[in-house]
Amino acid sequence: MSQQSNWPLWEVFVRSSRGLSHVHAGSLHAPDAQMAVRNARDLYTRRNEGVSLWVVKSTDIISSDPDEKDAFFESPQGKDYRHATYYKASEGVKHL
Amino acid sequence: MKHEELDEALDSFGDALASATRVTPGNALRPEDIAVDGVKPSEEVAQYALTLGDDALILAQRMSHWISRAPELEEDVALGNIALDVLGHARSFLTYAGLAWDKTEDDLAYWREEEEFTSLWIVEQPNGHFGVTIIRQLIVSIFQNLLYKQLTESKDETLAAISAKAVKEADYHRDHAIQWTIRLGQGTEESAAKMRHALEILWPYVDEMFRDEEVHQNLEGIAVLPSTLRSAWEEEITAVLDAAGLEIPSTGQAMAYGRRGEHSEHLGYLLAEMQVLARKHPGASW
Repeated sequence: MSQQSNWPLWEVFVRSSRGLSHVHAGSLHAPDAQMAVRNARDLYTRRNEGVSLWVVKSTDIISSDPDEKDAFFESPQGKDYRHATYYKASEGVKHL
Repeated sequence: MKHEELDEALDSFGDALASATRVTPGNALRPEDIAVDGVKPSEEVAQYALTLGDDALILAQRMSHWISRAPELEEDVALGNIALDVLGHARSFLTYAGLAWDKTEDDLAYWREEEEFTSLWIVEQPNGHFGVTIIRQLIVSIFQNLLYKQLTESKDETLAAISAKAVKEADYHRDHAIQWTIRLGQGTEESAAKMRHALEILWPYVDEMFRDEEVHQNLEGIAVLPSTLRSAWEEEITAVLDAAGLEIPSTGQAMAYGRRGEHSEHLGYLLAEMQVLARKHPGASW
């Protein structure tokens, strides 16, 4: 089992069909990128779930800090003017 | 974007809204379809289908032994997937062969004796360490990939249809074995030594794969003569071994005649394990 710690962690993204975005499906261990794609195929598309796969090294993903949640995400609350519905269409303006 | 494409995109969008990673069975040829809709094969075709089914069945039994025993969880799933793919090929070929004798795939798998199995010696060889299994996969899956590719053009429509499904899977099994052969051959001194050892113990069973036997005769346009696959197989495996820093060993060849029902000492034990449940509880189902 000590070997496993040498295998980096990869995040797997699956695109379920044409025209859609890749969606995060989970993670896995693999010795390198090529094997990671193959492991992803075996672990996450064995029931016909996808037509395309991405794998990204987990350490290459930069995420927002959960402790900074308030400062990051609460600011838009109450700022209705950021939504189009806040504004009334002026009379006489066509094609709005 | 054309209308058809837009429709398709919108349809798929609707489907996918239900689940980000939707699960569908797809619509591939299943053994059940062959049992119901299949045309009864001639005795010669059935005997040939039996050899293809037996190779796949014994290999599947060997590969499934890795489940819960692989070096990593991810590899456990990979080897299990391969075992199940190969078992699927076995089920289709055996179901088709059985139509000639009013036998089911289970009759053929569980109720034949060792000398009635027509599989090659290489598939019954023990798994050994991971490197041995990978080299066996390399040897067999390159062979099966070439064979099924040819068989898709068989005049026998059922054999062609089973092969059309199997060839895509064998292509992936081949890729899996190639990736590992290169990594282990180019890995540490120990992994390279283990791969050389694996080649030495499995190479004696190569000649048998390409020997034309009585079962291949009189099936022109239906069966593939194994000898015709050898040069393409050698070219491909040599390229892989080169890339892995490995060499074809200079071992002798075993007197292997599995197609005639003569087997190495390993098949009996494998069959005992595979058949014991069905024989102890005849007719039992899940």
